[in-house]
Amino acid sequence: MAEKAPLREVRVVGRVLAVNERMAEENRRRFTARGIFVVNLMSSPGSGKTSLLQKTLQALAERVSAAVIVGDVATTHDAERLAVTGVPVVQVNTDAFGGDCHLAAHVIEKAAEHLDLGAVELLFVENVGNLVCPAEFDIGEDVRVVVLSVTEGEDKPVKYPAMFRTCHAAILNKIDLLPHLDYDKARALAFIRQVHPGMPVFETSARTGEGLEAWVGWLLEGLERKRASGRR
Amino acid sequence: MHEMGLALEILEIARASIPADLPSARVARVNLRVGKLAAVVPESLRFCFEIAARETPLAGAELAIEEIPVSARCRACGERWTVTEPVFLCRACGGGAVEILSGRELDIVSIEVFDGSEGENG
Ligand SMILES: Nc1nc2c(ncn2[C@@H]2O[C@H](COP(=O)(O)OP(=O)(O)O)[C@@H](O)[C@H]2O)c(=O)[nH]1
Ligand SMILES: [Mg+2]
Ligand SMILES: [Zn+2]
Repeated sequence: MAEKAPLREVRVVGRVLAVNERMAEENRRRFTARGIFVVNLMSSPGSGKTSLLQKTLQALAERVSAAVIVGDVATTHDAERLAVTGVPVVQVNTDAFGGDCHLAAHVIEKAAEHLDLGAVELLFVENVGNLVCPAEFDIGEDVRVVVLSVTEGEDKPVKYPAMFRTCHAAILNKIDLLPHLDYDKARALAFIRQVHPGMPVFETSARTGEGLEAWVGWLLEGLERKRASGRR
Repeated sequence: MHEMGLALEILEIARASIPADLPSARVARVNLRVGKLAAVVPESLRFCFEIAARETPLAGAELAIEEIPVSARCRACGERWTVTEPVFLCRACGGGAVEILSGRELDIVSIEVFDGSEGENG
């Protein structure tokens, strides 16, 4: 009987995602060597990542040379919407199995081969719409940003604490819709604060452009810090 | 949702850990530590693992998952406690400078192999 056979226990001790973590570190080293500031943008589907990126890229246009890697399960719609801004856009359709819920480090590495990294200062990654899996996958970014919109439940932060804990900033988008909704913004902000005290929260409308200056300012500060550390 | 991908990683790591002196050994159990804050559903991971392991030396192996509670420490006052709700404010001083000590694990700890014989299943 199997259960009676002597068992030998072999210690392993390893991170299940060790391979991804190693590749993410390699990405980070490569981006850092060039002083590129990398922003990982995550949200549920439809919170407004692509719309925010369009507006953000327009706001940065004269000041910063940016590029985008956009993950999409099947379509190229987002890439087309972003290409309008004139910045280089690389579209990745996530890989065949188990992979359509997040972008992994090796996908970013491949996608980055299509960019002229020497000419990029700020790299945005629009992750796949999902608040669970991307929390677990480092891609070599500098900052992780979660977008939620006022058409979603106020309690998203407490339902997805891993995502909100691992992020460096949150964006509360679609605030132009607030007058038409029963959304309890104070409650949503309180939930964010209890899950991640002190995390900056930007209230924006990708439709009207409201609130974008603060967000863009935060990005420029991060970019400046990254440049300064590269100059050492 | 990425549990199949994780199952394949586990399979790969476990396979590579089979001792060289037991190249044809079958694996009885894989011991895993999964933090409560890790984005993993243990039930679905076990299910994916069972499927992924078919026709490998890990076929029929049990995936034993130890769930690790979320523990935290306050950087301001030093309080330590177990976080059972998604509230990361110090329970003693109310401060927000909270460090997560455990709960993010997604680690393979060990594999248990049948020593010697083929270890028939069932
Ligand atoms: N009213 C309003 N609609 C928005 C805003 N941002 C995005 N949308 C709309 O929400 C939908 C999803 O936006 P999209 O940018 O594709 O979200 P993504 O899936 O996160 O990339 C689209 O119909 C957008 O026009 C906003 O700030 N206000
Ligand atoms: Mg999009
Ligand atoms: Zn305290």
